[in-house]
Amino acid sequence: MSKGVWFVAEQREGVLRKISYELASTARKLADALGGEEVCAVLLGGMGVESLASQLGKYGTDKVFVAENALLEPYTTDAHATAAAKVVKEHDPAILLLGASVQGKDLSGRLVGKLATGMATDCTEVKIADGRLLAVRPMYAGKCYGEVAIASNPQMASLRPNVFPAIENAKACQVVKIDAGLDPGKVRTKVLEVQKDAAGKVDLTEANIIVSGGRGMKGPENYVVIEELAGVLGATVGASRAAVDAGWRPQSDQVGQTGKVVSPNLYIACGISGAIQHLAGMSSSKYIVAINKDPEAPIFQKADYGIVDDLFKVVPELTKEVKKLLA
Amino acid sequence: MNIVACVKQVPDTEAQIKVKGDGSGIEEGGIKWVMNPYDEFGVEEALRLKEKFGGDVTIVSLGPARAIETIRTALAMGADKGIHINDPAFNNADAYGTASALAAAIKGIPHDVIFCGQRAIDDDSGQVGSILAELLDVPQLTIVTKVEIEGKNVKAVKPIEGAQLVIQGTLPCVITAQKGLNEPRYASLPGIMKAKKKPVEVKDGAALGLTAEAKAQVVKMTPPPARPPGKIICGDDPAQKAGQLAKLLREEAKVI
Repeated sequence: MSKGVWFVAEQREGVLRKISYELASTARKLADALGGEEVCAVLLGGMGVESLASQLGKYGTDKVFVAENALLEPYTTDAHATAAAKVVKEHDPAILLLGASVQGKDLSGRLVGKLATGMATDCTEVKIADGRLLAVRPMYAGKCYGEVAIASNPQMASLRPNVFPAIENAKACQVVKIDAGLDPGKVRTKVLEVQKDAAGKVDLTEANIIVSGGRGMKGPENYVVIEELAGVLGATVGASRAAVDAGWRPQSDQVGQTGKVVSPNLYIACGISGAIQHLAGMSSSKYIVAINKDPEAPIFQKADYGIVDDLFKVVPELTKEVKKLLA
Repeated sequence: MNIVACVKQVPDTEAQIKVKGDGSGIEEGGIKWVMNPYDEFGVEEALRLKEKFGGDVTIVSLGPARAIETIRTALAMGADKGIHINDPAFNNADAYGTASALAAAIKGIPHDVIFCGQRAIDDDSGQVGSILAELLDVPQLTIVTKVEIEGKNVKAVKPIEGAQLVIQGTLPCVITAQKGLNEPRYASLPGIMKAKKKPVEVKDGAALGLTAEAKAQVVKMTPPPARPPGKIICGDDPAQKAGQLAKLLREEAKVI
C-alpha cells in the first residue's frame, strides 16, 4: 500500500531554495495528519549535494534520498525526472509534493507522465480528508478556486511558492544515498549558458513585497519613482499588461493572467486600474495597496489600503516616509 | 518540417468567471471563447518555422464542438490542417487524459516539433506539454521565449527566477511557449476564407484507441475567498496620506 509523504527538494548551485523548506514543512503537516507517516525528500544534484540533507531535517524531514551525479547539475528535465521517478517508483509514496517554481513546473509535469498519475498544480492549500489528499488551487488565474482529489498514487501536488510557511521542526534525519540510474545518452537537453539578472533582484514569484506600475505611469522614464520606493522596501518591481504591451517594461515584469501570478505579503499597485486579468494575478497577495487618481478604479475593490490621488505626488512621499520609518 | 501546434479554446482573459451554484463547474453562458493566448504564441512560432524551413503545420485540439472555431482561427493564421478530438467522455479530462489524447493523435502523423502553450489560462495546470513529451518519448523545452532550429538541434531561451538559460535539445521535441516568444499575427480576410476549406479531421476516443479517465478531479469549485473591505485614506495632502499609509503598513499590517 502506498505510504508516506514525499517531496522533491529544489536546489540551485548547491544552495537549497526557500520552496524546499516550504515543501518540507507542508509534507510534515500532511504526514502528521495521516497519523504520523514518514516524510521523505528526494534531493538531486552534483557532487556534494548530500551536505544539504541536514537542513531538510530541520524542517521536519525524516529521510532524504540523495543522488549525486554530474548529470544532475545543472538541472535538466530528463536527468531529474528519470532519477526522481526511479526512487519514487521503488518506494511507492502516497503523496508527492513539488514546488510550482520554474524548475518544479518543468519537472512535475514530466513526473506526472512517468508515474501515470494526477497532479494539482500551484496549490495554495493542501489538507487530508478521509485519508486522501485534498488540494485547493486557484483556477482561471484566481477568478475561482478548485478543490482537487487525485484517484491514483502518488497523489501529486505542486505548491505555490511563498504561500506555505516554513516551520522549524527538527527530526533525526536519515540520509540514504541512491543511484540516479542515468544513461548520459538519454539526457537529451543541456544548459549551454546561464545569463544572470542584475545581482540581488528577487523574482516576482518569490518576492515578499512588490511595487507595480500600470498605465498611470505614463511612460517608461517614470518608473524611477517606483524603483525608488521598491529600493527602500527591498521590493521587486512589477507591471500591468498595459505597461508591458506598451513596451515600457520587460515581459518578465508582467503580473496577471498572462503574466506571473504572485502572492507577496504586500502588493503596492500604482496607477493600475485593476483590469480583471490583472486582479486575477495578484489578489492572493496578503496585503494590497492601491494608489490611483480614479476613485472608481476596480483595484480599490481589492485593496486593503487605498489612496485616491496622483501617484506622482503620493509615491515619492511614501518613499520618504518609509525611509524614515525604517531608519 | 512537420510541425504540430496544440491549441485549446478558453474563456477570454476579460471574462468574468462565475461558479455554478452547486460548485460543479463554471457558468458558460455569455463567455467569449478564444484561443488560449499561450497557444497563439505556439501557433505563430510554428508558422514562422514553416516559412523558414518549408513543410506544414497541423493543429491539434481536444475540446467540444465549439473548439472547431479555435482550430479554424489557427488555420486562418496560416496552418494547413487540423485534428479535432471531440468526445464528450473527454470533457472533464485532466492533464494526463488530455495529453494522452493529444499524444495518440500526434503519434499517427509525422512530427518534428510540437508546440504547446506553457499553460492554458482556464485550468492553469501547465502539465500537458510535459506529459505529452513523456508519452511521445521526446525531450521538452518548456516556458521558452526564444527558439532557434539548426539541423536537428534546437536552442531555446528559458527565463528562470533571477536568470535566463540557453538550453539545447534535439528534434523531435515538445516546446511550450511563454509570452515574449513572438507577436502572433492576426488572421487576414483571405486567410479566413481559405481556412474554411482546409481539412479538419474529427476523431473520438475510440478512433484513437483511448478511454477517458481523470486521475485528478476537481471535486468542487468555489468563488475566490472574499477580501475584507479596505480603508481609503482620506485627506488633501499627499504627503500626509503617504505618512498615514506608511504607518498603517508598519503598525497595523506589519508588512514593512
